[in-house]
Amino acid sequence: MEPIIKIVDLHKDFKQKDMDVHALKGVNLNIYKGDIYGIIGMSGAGKSTLVRCLNFLERPTGGSVFVDGRDLASLTEKQLREARKDIGMIFQHFNLLMQRNVVDNVCFPLEIAGMKKRDARKKAMEYLEIVGLSEKAKAYPAQLSGGQKQRVAIARVLASDPKILLCDEATSALDPQTTKSILQLLKEINQKYGITIVVITHEMAVVQEICSHVAIIDKGNLVEHGTVEEIFQAPKSREAKKLIYQGYEKVAEMKGKRCVRIVFHENSSFEPVIGNMVLAFKAPVNILYANTRDLDGVAKGEMILQLPEDLELGDKMITYLKNAKLSVEELEDYVG
Amino acid sequence: MWDEKVIQMIIEGIGETMYMTLVPTFLGYVLGMPLGILLTVTDKDGIRPNAGIYKVLDFLSNIFRSIPFLILLILLIPLTRMIVGKSYGSNAMIVPLTIAAAPYIARMVESSLKEVDHGVIEAAQSMGANTMTIVFKVLLMEARTSLITNATIVTATILGYSAMAGTVGADGLGAIAVRYGYNRYQPDIMIVTVILLVLLVQIMQGIGMMLSRHFDRRRTR
Repeated sequence: MEPIIKIVDLHKDFKQKDMDVHALKGVNLNIYKGDIYGIIGMSGAGKSTLVRCLNFLERPTGGSVFVDGRDLASLTEKQLREARKDIGMIFQHFNLLMQRNVVDNVCFPLEIAGMKKRDARKKAMEYLEIVGLSEKAKAYPAQLSGGQKQRVAIARVLASDPKILLCDEATSALDPQTTKSILQLLKEINQKYGITIVVITHEMAVVQEICSHVAIIDKGNLVEHGTVEEIFQAPKSREAKKLIYQGYEKVAEMKGKRCVRIVFHENSSFEPVIGNMVLAFKAPVNILYANTRDLDGVAKGEMILQLPEDLELGDKMITYLKNAKLSVEELEDYVG
Repeated sequence: MWDEKVIQMIIEGIGETMYMTLVPTFLGYVLGMPLGILLTVTDKDGIRPNAGIYKVLDFLSNIFRSIPFLILLILLIPLTRMIVGKSYGSNAMIVPLTIAAAPYIARMVESSLKEVDHGVIEAAQSMGANTMTIVFKVLLMEARTSLITNATIVTATILGYSAMAGTVGADGLGAIAVRYGYNRYQPDIMIVTVILLVLLVQIMQGIGMMLSRHFDRRRTR
C-alpha cells in the first residue's frame, strides 16, 4: 500500500542573523491512510516545523514530501492551494476569525472553495451539529471557552472534506478534561470519515490516548518510530524512554526552594484540589505544613507547598491554584 | 461685530473646513489604503514578501511624511495649479492635503493590518486561501476596529492640516482664526473658531469610537 504521506530525507534550515538553524535534519517517515500518527518531542525539537512542511506552510530546504503520491514541491502555487484543501489543520491557539461568528467561521473554507452562501451555511450547520455546537452558531469566538473554540476549528476543517488532518499542539492550551473530550472527537472523526490524522504534541498522554503510531523527534532528527504499543513496551532510544517515563517519575527529594502558602475559603471539602493538580501536571508537590478542616462541606484552612524546581512549571501551578479559588502567596526563604 | 455677516462667515467656514477635511481623507484612503496593504503584504514577514517593492514604498512614504505640511503645501503649488487651475481656496487645498494624507494613511493601515494575529493568516493559508482572499476576508475584516479607530485619528489630523492651510490661502475655520485673531487681533472671533474646531474633532472622535465599538465582535458579551 502506498502511504498517504511520504516524507523523504526532509531538511529545513532557517537563516537567522548570525547563524543557521537546522530545524530538520533528514527526516524519513511514512504515514498510511487511516492512521492517527503522533509526532512527539520536547519544545524546539522541530515538530512544528515538520508539520508545517506537510502542507508547505514552510517550504523544506531539502528532501521531499509526497501527499497522495504527489510531490508537493512540484506543484504550482495554484495547485498547492488546491492540494491544501485536502489537508486540514488545527492549531494550539485555534486561530478562528474573531470578527466572524461561529457559523461564518465554519463557512470560511467553503467561501474559499467558491460555494454559494446558502449552501455553505447549510453545510456549516451540519458540521457544527457533529461537533456538538449547533446552538452556538450565532456566537462569536470571544464568547466561547477554549474547548468550544477548538470544536469550531474542527468543524471548520471538516467542512472542506479533508483527507488528512494536521493537529499542531491542538490540546496544549486546554485543561485535562477538555483535552480528553477533544481527543475523543478526533478519534470519532478518524473512525467515521477515515481521515488520517497527524498529531503534534509534547505530551505522551495525548499519544497514548488516541494514536495508533508514534514518531519521536529530537533536535531535528527522528529518533524512533513505530506503533504506539511497540514503543511503549520497549522504547529503544534515550529520548523515547525520557518521554515515556516523564509521567511516572518518582521524586526522592524535592530540591526546589520555592514555597507557597495557600488558603482554602470556599472549596468543597470533597474536591481533591492538590491531588488533581499533581495529576494534571504529572509533577509532585511537597506538603510542608497543613492545617485544614471541613466546615459543613467547605474546606477551611491553609497549607504550605514546596513547588518543583522548574520555574515555568511552578508558575503554572500557582495559576492553577489561583484558578481553583485558593488564595496563593509565595513565601521567601521558607526552606533553605 | 457679531452681525449676520460674521455668523454667516463662520457657518460657511464650518462647511469649508468639513469639505477640506473629509474630501482629502477620502481621497487619501483611495491612495493610502492600497499602499498600506502593499506595505503589509510585501514586508518580510508578510504573505508575499518582496523586498524591492517594500523598500521603495517604505522610502517614499517616509520622505513624504517627514516634510512638514506647510512646506509640502508650498512645494506642491505648481502641481496644484496644474490640477485645479489656481493655488488658493478650498478646492486647491484638496491636492496638498490628499498628498500629505496618503502616506500617513498608508502607515496607519499598515500598522492596523500588522496587528492581525499571524496564526489566523496561517489558518487561512492552510485552507488554500489566495492572497486576495487573505487581504480582503482576513486582514481587512479582522483589523476593522483598529482601521476605524485610526481613521478617526487621521481625520482629526487632516482637520488640523486644513486649519494650518488657512495661513496660506485656504478658506475655512482656520483661515478665519488667522484673519481675525492674528491679522486684525480680534480674539473673540478667533476663540469661537477654535472652540468650533475642538467641537468638530470631538464629534468626529465620538462617531469614530462608536463605529469602532459597533463593529467589534471580540467582546465577551
